Order: sequence, then structure tokens, then C-alpha cells
Amino acid sequence: MRFARISTRLIAVLLTHLAFALGASAFEIEDRRQYPAEDGARELRIISTADAPVFEPIIRAFQLAHPDVAIDYVIASSTELMKAISEEEADFDLAISSAMDLQTKLANDGFALDYRSEATDALPKWAKWHDQIFAFTQEPAVMVIAEGAFANRPAPRTRDDLIAMLRDNPAEFDGRIGTYDVRISGAGYLFATQDSRNTDSYWRLTEVMGRLNAQLYSGSKAMIEDVAAGRLALAYNVVGSYAAQRLADTPGIRIVPFEDFLSVMLRTALIPKNAQNIEDAGLMIDFLVQLNQREDIEQETYLAPVSAQSLNENYAARPIRLGPGLLVFLDRLKKETFLRNWENAIVQK
Amino acid sequence: MKRRSYRTSIRRRLLLQLFTMAALLSLAFFLVVRAVAERAAADTQDNILLASATSIADAIYSEQGAVAVDLPYSALSMLGSISEDRVFYRVLIGEETLTGYDDLPLPSPAQGEFETFMFRGEEVRSATVTRTVSSGGSKERATVIVAQTRLGLAAISQRISGMAAVVGFGFLLVATALSLVAAQSALAPLNRMTQSVARRGPDDLRPVDTQTPSELVPLVDALNSFMARLKASLTQSEEFIAEAAHRVRTPLATVRAQAQMTLRRSEKPENKASLRAMIRAVDESSRSAGQLLDHAMVSLRTDQLQDEVFDLVELTQDTVAHLRPTADLKDIAISVELYVETLPIRGDEILMQNALRNVLDNAIKYSPEDSDITVRITEEPRISFVDQGRGFSADDLGDITKRFSRGANVGDIVGSGLGLTIADEVMRAHGGTLEIAPNEEGRGSCVSLVYPRD
Repeated sequence: MRFARISTRLIAVLLTHLAFALGASAFEIEDRRQYPAEDGARELRIISTADAPVFEPIIRAFQLAHPDVAIDYVIASSTELMKAISEEEADFDLAISSAMDLQTKLANDGFALDYRSEATDALPKWAKWHDQIFAFTQEPAVMVIAEGAFANRPAPRTRDDLIAMLRDNPAEFDGRIGTYDVRISGAGYLFATQDSRNTDSYWRLTEVMGRLNAQLYSGSKAMIEDVAAGRLALAYNVVGSYAAQRLADTPGIRIVPFEDFLSVMLRTALIPKNAQNIEDAGLMIDFLVQLNQREDIEQETYLAPVSAQSLNENYAARPIRLGPGLLVFLDRLKKETFLRNWENAIVQK
Repeated sequence: MKRRSYRTSIRRRLLLQLFTMAALLSLAFFLVVRAVAERAAADTQDNILLASATSIADAIYSEQGAVAVDLPYSALSMLGSISEDRVFYRVLIGEETLTGYDDLPLPSPAQGEFETFMFRGEEVRSATVTRTVSSGGSKERATVIVAQTRLGLAAISQRISGMAAVVGFGFLLVATALSLVAAQSALAPLNRMTQSVARRGPDDLRPVDTQTPSELVPLVDALNSFMARLKASLTQSEEFIAEAAHRVRTPLATVRAQAQMTLRRSEKPENKASLRAMIRAVDESSRSAGQLLDHAMVSLRTDQLQDEVFDLVELTQDTVAHLRPTADLKDIAISVELYVETLPIRGDEILMQNALRNVLDNAIKYSPEDSDITVRITEEPRISFVDQGRGFSADDLGDITKRFSRGANVGDIVGSGLGLTIADEVMRAHGGTLEIAPNEEGRGSCVSLVYPRD
């Protein structure tokens, strides 16, 4: 019996690997990196939304601490990640995503395993949910501006200021505003829905941006590049960590955190139901939630670790709360309505 | 001795009963608190589920002839505010799922608005709200089901149970301590009374006047009345003995005196012989009566021994002086050898006198005419009476002190066999011994009263 079960599992693993190798997998991956271990006894398979350059310092540091764990790092968009875990039931050991809503849905719908350790117990209450989702970074949605476009005027500090400025200067900003296409980007949708909850200005702002022919992007990276290149005057709701990372080597851009409120997204990790190497996945979670003790890594990755203190200091910061509330905007009808409203506002059909 | 372990203790029984009651109350407290707390926690969850379902039902609207729902953010986020439980919801119009989890089961009509069932591997609690909505002119029935797992509830009830258990246990400890105190204070009057009775001397028969609670009054009354009767009876006995001695001895003395006088006047030898026999019989009767009374006195007094100081030397000399006339009748010389000047001892003087008199009387009685008796007082303190009589055979030494037991070789002498018994009982009552041995210096015996050293 036991032998049979082991061999079935072995075949399943082999088949999955085979399918993976042949690219027959139903979910789309963007990239895949292998980080072999010195003796290669154990392998930790991670699916993540973070680009390899962002996450690589963390993997390297982890392997320094655990040299016998090889890491297979697969990058996918947050929706593909969701599909991989919930529909394909792919056997990843760890799922890391910035889409808190999708991670919450995975956990809520029973696709995650419980995990508890001293390290996770030390997390603030808002940084974990149900002992299944663990936040390890806090990344605000910020505005990135081109310094050139704001040479003669102060940068707006609130959304109302931004609306007033755009209304007063339509010619200068026409076609030079960038924001997420929330129909494609998971992070964009999360920020937009949270904005709509937090302020009535959101829909006015969206309409104003629509009238000024806002450019729509699927990711932060391209938006920041266009700001840096001067093609955009400002980009609204950019993931702060990406912006900070680009700020270092890109002249002419500036990060403006809003002062009315600042949505703070938490990057989270969970152990999928089909995980094979739960032990090492736990080690990685422990490592991730203790990143606040590794300033060296923060300096390399620009990923701000979870810290209750820094959130308390910034009174505008509103961490997006993990929990069933996040399921609301994933509701089919709700999402349809929201996207229809958004399209009406920004595309100005 | 073995019965001791079965002896019941009021204190233990009281403690056991109080402890059992406290334990039962603690258990009842624990169960009630837990039940109430669990009910309260469950009600809280039910209320929130109902509020959530109601707010969703309120957000159902008709748009261009189609029914839609604009799920309020708070509808689900409120469920996340009390616990980290998984949440499921489903909105149906008629039989069609409008949105939510398609596989969330419909409530059975009999169950009412709340229901508990298994869903996706966990126990969930659900609330259901129904509404009638109009859709394209026709009326439709809208059903909103909101369900939540019960892990938070379990955690809360576990916490409360833990707390109730701790409090219940604390209650038990306090109650046990209090019942110890209660048992102690309830038994205090009894202990007080026991001590006041136990402290008394042997002849203290005054009524008990300790403050007693009303429950003990009958017992104390009974005890007091018993002591009063005992006292009366003792007094009566003593009076009776004294009276009897007087009443028996006086007529006998009169008879003896008359016989003596008649003997002196009588000239016929056969009359003289019978008168002498008569005098001897009267002497024996008088002596036996005296010994019987002595023995009764000894029995009575050894139970409530007097504790006074007196000089044993003086007492012995008095006794010797008292019996010297009797010895003279048989031409027996009594010599007293003193090895100490005085010998003060503690004890019952009257009893000691009885003992000395009986031993000496015995010695005189069993000594042949014209012999010597030596009374020797040594420091030990020991008083030895050495005679030249017929002595005791080895067989007699063991039971000679038994009541009415006499040596095997005294058939020709009238006697009651009480003399040594009296001496032995007196010595025992004083913690001393009576030693009987053959006379080391020849014929006869040596009887010693050995008094315990202080």
C-alpha cells in the first residue's frame, strides 16, 4: 500500500516536472530561475510575482543560511499564480504574491496550509491571517513624478490637490499621466479598489485622468521608465518599492507619497495545499518574516520589511487589511461593476 | 487496637462533605460558565452573520430588468473583524446563483435562518436571509447565504473554558481552605471541653462549666449528672466501709473482752479451753473483717490515689508500735533496723499504712512463738520484713499475692489470704513492687515493699 502510494506520488511529481519542462502547463509563467544547492539534497519550489532581480538577494541570503536547499523560482503574474494554485493545483511549495486579495481568496477557499512558528507568532496581528498568509513587506502605493514637469510648481500632496492641478493645467498633462490598467494588473486593481473605498475623490480623479487621455500600463516597471524618460509627467499608484529601486539609478524622477492616505500593500507568502517540501517552505517563511532584522537585504531589494513602528510613524499609511473583506472586490458581479465604472471613467467611451 | 483505624472523625467527615460540595459547585460553575460563554460567542457569530447577510440582501437591486448585487465591503470585512475564520457566501435569485460560491449548500427549510454543516472540510455556521425582488416585472425570491468557519468560536470557547476552569479550581481551593477553617471552628468547643475534662485530676468530680454550644449541652449535662452520681457513690462506699469496720469490730471487741474476763474467772479446764478457742475465733474474725475492709479500701483508693508527702520511716515505726502488743502475745520480738533517718515519699499514706500493717500482721501470724521479726528500712527505699516462720515454698512464690490465695503449708492457721494481695495492690498503685523471697539467714521468709525511686 505504502509503496504504491509513494510510487503514485513519485509519478505525479515526475509528470508535473515533465509537463513543466515541456511547457505544457496551463498557466503562463514569465520567467524561471534555478538556484542549485551545494549538495542539492532538498528543493524548494517557489512561485512568485516578484521579478528575479528583486527577489534574488533574498534567495541568496536564504541559501547562505540553508546551503543544502536548492531553489526553483518561477515568476508569474498574480492571476496566473492564482490559477496555478487553485485550478491547476500545481505542486509549488511556496506562493509569494503582492496580490493580497488573491492570496486571501486562496487561503479562504482552502488552498493553503496552516503554518506556525516562533517567527510567525512574532508578526503583528495585521500581518498574517488564519496562520496561512504571512506578510513580509509593506509597500505603499505612491505617485512618481518627472522632476522636469514640476520645475515650476509644487508637487501635489493629496488627491484633491492632484485633481485641482490636473483640471487647471489640462494642456500640460494631456497624455502624460500613467496609471495601471486595472483590467490586467492585479496590484493595480487592488490599489484602485482600496482607493475607491478610502476616498470619494477616486472616481473624480479617474474621470479627470480619463479626460486627459491617461496611459494605461500593466506594470510599475514600464510606467517608471516612461516617467524617467520624460514621456510621462506623473504615474499614479506605483508600487513604492519598485519606484525606490529605480530612483537609485534613474535621474529625474521623484517619489511623492500622498498625505491624505497611503494604501500600503503587503507582500505575502503562503504554503499551497499541494506543497511537497513543507519543511523548507516554513524555513523560507521564517526567513521572510524576519527580514526586518536584515537591513543589508532591504538596501539591496528596496523591499521595506513589515514593521508596526514605521506604520505608526506615518499617520497617512493604511495597510490593506488581510481578511474576508478582500474577497468583496473579487466577487464576479462586484468586479464586473467596478471595471465597467472604471472603463467608463478612464476610457471615456 | 485495630479498631482505631475505623474510628470515625467528625472533622474528617465534615471536611469531606464540604470538599465534595465545593467540588460539585465548582464543576457546576465551570459547566454553566462554559455553556453560557459558548452560547454567547455563538450568538455573537450568528448576529454578525445575519448582519452580513442582511447587508448583502439590502444591496440587491434591479438594473435594466436584471437583478444584480453590489456586495458591500463591510458585509465580509465585518466577519473578519472578530476572528480569522474563512468566509463563504452565495446569492441566489430563484434557483440561479447570482454570485458567490456555487457549491455552498442551500439551507434546509426546516432549519430556520441559522445552520451548522460541513463545507470544504470544515464545520461552518451559516445565516440565510431571503428577500423578494422584482426582476423585469416579475417577482423573484432572492436568497443570501453567508457562512463562516467556527475556529475563532472554538478558540474563544476554549479560552473561556480555560478561564472558567482556572476560576473554578481557584474557587475549589478557597472553598477547601474555608472548610478547613469552618471544621476547625465548629469543633473548637468540643476540643475545649475535651481539654477541660482531660486536664482534671483523678478525684476532681466537679461539674463541667466550660462554655458549650447548645448542641453539646445535653452531653455536658449527662456528663455532669454522671459525675455527680459517681461522686455520691464513692462517698457512700467510703462511708460504708468506715461504718462497716466500726460496726463489725466494736461488737467483736466487746465479745472478746467478755470472753477474756470470763476466762480469767473460769476455773474448769474444759471451759478455759473453749473460751480460748472462742477468743481465737473472734480474733480471726476481727482480723479477716479488717482485711476485707482494707482490701475494699485499697481497691477504692487505688483508682483515685492521693498524692501527698509523708515519711515512710515514721509510718513504719507507727505500724510496728501498733502491732507490737499482738506480737507480744506470741512472745515475738520485733526489731527495727534503720539505715536512714527519714524517707519522705509521695503517695497515699493510708494505703501505705494498710500495706505495712498487713505484711507485718502476716509475719506475726505465721511466725512461731518466741521468734524474731526484723523490719529493715533501707534507702532504696525498701522495707523488708524478715521472719523465722515456715516461709514460702518455691511453688507458692508466683501466686501468693493472688486474692484468697495462701501458701500450701498453712492449713492449720486460720486466714483469708488477703494480706499480701493488699500489699501487692498498694505497691502496684504506687508504681512499686512486692518482693517475696526466702530468709537468707536461715528459716523463714523475707517480704519487701520496694518503692520506686523518684
